[in-house]
Amino acid sequence: MSCKPMKKDESAALAQHRRTFFTQAAAGVSLMALAPGVRLVELAMANSEDSPPSNDKRWGLLVDTAKCESGCDECVSACNSEHGLSGHGRPETDAQWIRKVDLKDEQTGHELSIPILCQHCEDPPCVDVCPTGASFRRADGIVLVDKHICIGCRYCMMACPFQARSFIHEDLTGQKTHSPRGKGTVESCTLCVHRVDEDQQPACVEACRAAGHDALVFGDLEDAAGPLASLSSKTATRELRPDLKLNTGVRYTSF
Amino acid sequence: MPSSTPFWSVVAIATAFVVAGLASAHHMESAGHWVTGMNNRVVWGVPHVFAVFLIVSASGALNAASIASVFGRETYKPLSRLSALMAITLLVGGLTVLVLDLGRPDRLIVAMTHYNFRSIFAWNIFLYTGFIVLVVVYLWMMFEPRMNRFVGRVGTTAFAWRLMLTTGTGSIFAFLAAREAFDSAVLAPMFIAMSLSFGTALTLILSALIFSIRGDGLPTELMLNLRRLLAYFIIAVAFFVVVDHLTRLYGAEHYSVERFILLEGGIYSMLFWIGQILLGTILPAVMLMQRRCSTLVPTIVAASLVLVGAFCQLYVLIIGGQVFPIDIVPGFTETSGFFDGVTAEYHPSLAEFGLGMGGVGLALLTYLIGTRVLAFLPTAAFDSGPSS
Repeated sequence: MSCKPMKKDESAALAQHRRTFFTQAAAGVSLMALAPGVRLVELAMANSEDSPPSNDKRWGLLVDTAKCESGCDECVSACNSEHGLSGHGRPETDAQWIRKVDLKDEQTGHELSIPILCQHCEDPPCVDVCPTGASFRRADGIVLVDKHICIGCRYCMMACPFQARSFIHEDLTGQKTHSPRGKGTVESCTLCVHRVDEDQQPACVEACRAAGHDALVFGDLEDAAGPLASLSSKTATRELRPDLKLNTGVRYTSF
Repeated sequence: MPSSTPFWSVVAIATAFVVAGLASAHHMESAGHWVTGMNNRVVWGVPHVFAVFLIVSASGALNAASIASVFGRETYKPLSRLSALMAITLLVGGLTVLVLDLGRPDRLIVAMTHYNFRSIFAWNIFLYTGFIVLVVVYLWMMFEPRMNRFVGRVGTTAFAWRLMLTTGTGSIFAFLAAREAFDSAVLAPMFIAMSLSFGTALTLILSALIFSIRGDGLPTELMLNLRRLLAYFIIAVAFFVVVDHLTRLYGAEHYSVERFILLEGGIYSMLFWIGQILLGTILPAVMLMQRRCSTLVPTIVAASLVLVGAFCQLYVLIIGGQVFPIDIVPGFTETSGFFDGVTAEYHPSLAEFGLGMGGVGLALLTYLIGTRVLAFLPTAAFDSGPSS
């Protein structure tokens, strides 16, 4: 058997072909090796009943007070409807997770209207004072009450600087399965955690947008490319009771 | 043997209070707290005034035992066991009110098994239960002759513990940084002074009651000593009250709350000046320092006035501190459908007073029964009372 020596051009073409083959093969193998890992990460990042909230995110709310209309209470109605807060016509004792407050600057007379709700503080006083640990802060920043171990002492209500918590003063009707409540326990805004865990927006945010105001923006405070960071970079934001240095998750702009 | 009619009469009254307390608690729990005057702005009401009064007084009621065991004053020795009994019964009365006012009193076991140690409330659960255990041990040391030699050491521990207890109780309010009327370190020592004053006043009244029932009256020397002590303690409380208000008056940020409590608070300003200062401080202090008033009746009147002042002080502190609006957005006036920016309304209900009086009744009832079950009272001539 005889071998004919290849010409120089043929040899170069074959070498090029071999390089292309190995490059593509390596890319294919890499893809096959990485794909399951990427899929696993994706699964791990997904919200499910089995995956606990992570501190990679800190959920928060930005209120643009320039867009919040006095007299409008779409956010309040949406919250009441979402969580089944029906009330008994007794404003002193009825549950109120979000309320509209009208403000007037004592110096300039400038008037504005803002919603006040649980501010989901980084250092929440309600969590500090709760004797049983029923008040707690999730890793993603949402402050909640464990209704199973709340004894109804109301010390958290004494400690809350925003009076954002309600005590259930009487029998409940029309409870929602996604928002369990209990007579004799304390409750407050959950930031619609049941919706957030399913990648949805809180009911108040959606209602505000549907009403055409878009004064409430929900998102991840830690996400530098997210909507909160984007808005915050254009205007100064402030928190309520800044003197207490609670680093609230709810921020206000335009005042 | 003296007639037992007065004893059982007082037992009947105390029992009636307990029954009223239980009925009130049942009403509040079954209907829900909306039937009380408490609401989402004033979350602690009259039951808490009673509960804090009883708890703080419990600590002070141990004065006689502490003075005898820790400071070696023999005059007080015959009252040692009785004062320990008072301390336990008052504390149990106060805690019962506190528990029955909870939104979920059925979850008491949760409060005993789940602790958040960042909470002063959780610490207080240990301070209260620990105090009861310590005073029971203290009583054992006093009752059991073989254990008498440990009375000093246990008494000193109980003394230190009760200072912590009242510091802890005062801190429940002192740690509330968000509320202008509280948020003051002065509250902790003020509560210690209050416990000494209220506890001594109750010691005078309850000792006089039990000795009177027994038919031999409170010995003069002991009464004179307790009078003198009470006068000092009234002045100590007044000192802290003055310091507290002066401190707040110095900073512009607290002008509003001071104007509210001292001048424009309506019922709260009235209770402060007439109830706490005039009736609860000046009048009893003057009476206790007057030689002309050194007999038993004026002394008991003065001690009762101290208790009137105590209720007024706690009412102004606990409820007045809540009705004053929190300034959520400083620099702006606030109005809302949730009463932001305005003084909150609080109208205490009969059920709240019923529950509070139930706690007083329970303390009194267990105190009276206690004196019949064990030898808490000195049996011989007063000057040579039981070793303790």
